[in-house]
Amino acid sequence: MAEIRVEHLHKAFGDFVAVRDSSFTVADGEFFVMLGPSGCGKTTTLRMIAGLELPTSGQILLDGNDVTFNRASQRDIAFVFQLFALYPHMNVRRNIGFPLKCQGVPAREVRQRVEETARFLRIAHLLDQPVSRLAGGDRQRVALGRAIVRRPMAFLMDEPLGTLDTEFRDLMVRELRELHLRIGATTVYVTHDQLEAMAMADKIAVMSRGVIEQFATPQEIYDQPATMFVADFIGSPPMNFLPFRAGLPSGAVSVRVNGAEIAVPKLRESVAESDLALGVRPEHIRFDDASRLRGTVFDSEYLGTTQIVTVSTEHGQVKARLSSEVVARPGETVGLALRPERLSIFDRGSGRALRTALNQGAADG
Amino acid sequence: MSATSDQAHSVVAPSGASKTIAGALVIVYALVTIIPLVWIVMTSFKTPPDSIAYPPKLIFTPSIEGYCNLFTTRTRQTPEYIAALPPAETECDRVVRSRNMVIAGPSNVIPRFINSIVIAFGSTFLAVFLGTITAYGFSRFKVPLADDLLFFILSTRFMPPIAVAIPIYLMYRTIGLSDTQLGMILLYTAVNVSLAVWLLKGFIDEIPREYEEAALIDGYSRLHAFVKVVLPQAATGIAATAIFCLIFAWNEYAFAVLLTSGTAQTMPPFIPFIIGEGGQDWPAVAAGTTLFLIPIFVFTVLLRKHLLRGITFGAVRK
Ligand SMILES: Nc1ncnc2c1ncn2[C@@H]1O[C@H](COP(=O)(O)OP(=O)(O)O)[C@@H](O)[C@H]1O
Ligand SMILES: [Mg+2]
Repeated sequence: MAEIRVEHLHKAFGDFVAVRDSSFTVADGEFFVMLGPSGCGKTTTLRMIAGLELPTSGQILLDGNDVTFNRASQRDIAFVFQLFALYPHMNVRRNIGFPLKCQGVPAREVRQRVEETARFLRIAHLLDQPVSRLAGGDRQRVALGRAIVRRPMAFLMDEPLGTLDTEFRDLMVRELRELHLRIGATTVYVTHDQLEAMAMADKIAVMSRGVIEQFATPQEIYDQPATMFVADFIGSPPMNFLPFRAGLPSGAVSVRVNGAEIAVPKLRESVAESDLALGVRPEHIRFDDASRLRGTVFDSEYLGTTQIVTVSTEHGQVKARLSSEVVARPGETVGLALRPERLSIFDRGSGRALRTALNQGAADG
Repeated sequence: MSATSDQAHSVVAPSGASKTIAGALVIVYALVTIIPLVWIVMTSFKTPPDSIAYPPKLIFTPSIEGYCNLFTTRTRQTPEYIAALPPAETECDRVVRSRNMVIAGPSNVIPRFINSIVIAFGSTFLAVFLGTITAYGFSRFKVPLADDLLFFILSTRFMPPIAVAIPIYLMYRTIGLSDTQLGMILLYTAVNVSLAVWLLKGFIDEIPREYEEAALIDGYSRLHAFVKVVLPQAATGIAATAIFCLIFAWNEYAFAVLLTSGTAQTMPPFIPFIIGEGGQDWPAVAAGTTLFLIPIFVFTVLLRKHLLRGITFGAVRK
């Protein structure tokens, strides 16, 4: 088991920068998730940690040892690929045993460890089947088996559930989490699916265009997004942004959005007159006739205990998550009240969240 | 890679009429292809007069004279000399004597056949070997000017052999490679390697690189991963490529005529010039051709499964 430290990692393919100055530390035994849209550099980062790709600059340390330029085979890391990469010309047993054979482990021990691993993953009955006959979930288990059987220092997984059906995915998310709790191995897990990330991660790094936008726990990422990108990427529906223009002194506790005075967490920095946005999660909005922030109900989407009500305002459409008992008729004019202590303020130019009582000390990642 | 992909299925079942038409077309095509082959094999079992009889004889008494003539050289003798000989030991002796000749010795067919085998298989092996590692390099590594190089490799096939034969002839004479097995192996390898690189690059591109990378991470060296993981998966492509290369090298005529005359002569330039009494010895020519067909036929049948899968590669994998 090991700690993985990545420092100022940078990777360019010709003129194109795939990973820009990434730094993060995955503590020993932590389940770390890299989350971001397709093409943001997640796989490239993972491949550099694995040793399949050399960084343009920066360092990778495993348990304090610099392995930046070590061969993949010298890093003692297991990699679960997006496509599972099971060898089609071998059966399940030989697929799982392959890494041990590579390392020259004696045949008897290989056999024993393969069977142990297969029992652990509940695929012992499949050992002598060709991999081409397996269903998606079982292929996934075999791929995991091939990683586990080595007892490596760390696991790297690149969207391992990406090709599975949704229902299977939920099952595998639980299995993976359980597996992690049992083995306790340091894991770097890549996905573009925020639900997977939220469900499994101890720590999440949200990436966009090669840059780590925020590196924090799932709850911090959700409650105190460091950038507008993170706020918009996480949550379903994502955070609402109410644009406004103002200069704010440090210590301010309210902002004026188009004439409506809205209380916000106490500001911990001052900003000159600039384009800002007030960020509010749908669940932190309620109807309040007294509010001066007004709009007309456009549509509502019933979700059982809650509903997503879309309200057209002069700031654009705002989505609110309300109890299903609230009556919201399309065309009706409503006032919106926002929960003051849960609001974020962003600088629209840079996308950065301003430092406030909400995120002080957490969001500056 | 799904389990159902062993066969290609058409979604709509063909109707009875279209089945019949398709069947008829296949039969016609098969006949067009097979008749010349049957004709050659038949001719090889005819006597020289039967072979040039007009109208052609479909029914005839089979004779091994063609094969006897193919494998031997013969001299004409007087009937008295032949009558004085001890009784014929073999069927060939008997057939040859009936034409007032005796067997003087073996012909060149066996050395020529061996030349064909050595040169065709040798150059096929080299072309496929070089082609595989070159294609792997182009497929997996960043090669500077890769596209230009690939085009250059292909361009060696643009020219008809005749256009380059004379420079090659002069070159080979200078460096002592003319009329040698080595010279012909190198020449055919050079011609085939471009085909091999292009075919194999396609096959290797299709193999996800994750397979090797998984092996690299699991502790194999690049070479080891190549041998243990890439080669087995490229086997189909390699077999298909080998057949194409072998067919070319085995049948090649233009270079062989120009660059070989004696020790390294292969079957294609040898067969047409098998001369008998008063001109071409057609049964012997046909016998040579029949024998010439056997190795390539066996090779193709042995690799047939791979060849079919190789041709429909893209369809089968996904
Ligand atoms: N070998 C490569 N050569 C050139 N560009 C690449 C290469 N690998 C990845 N990229 C580019 O880098 C970006 C990040 O890719 P990747 O790390 O695979 O993204 P993700 O896994 O987050 O979807 C993409 O735009 C991709 O096109
Ligand atoms: Mg990826």
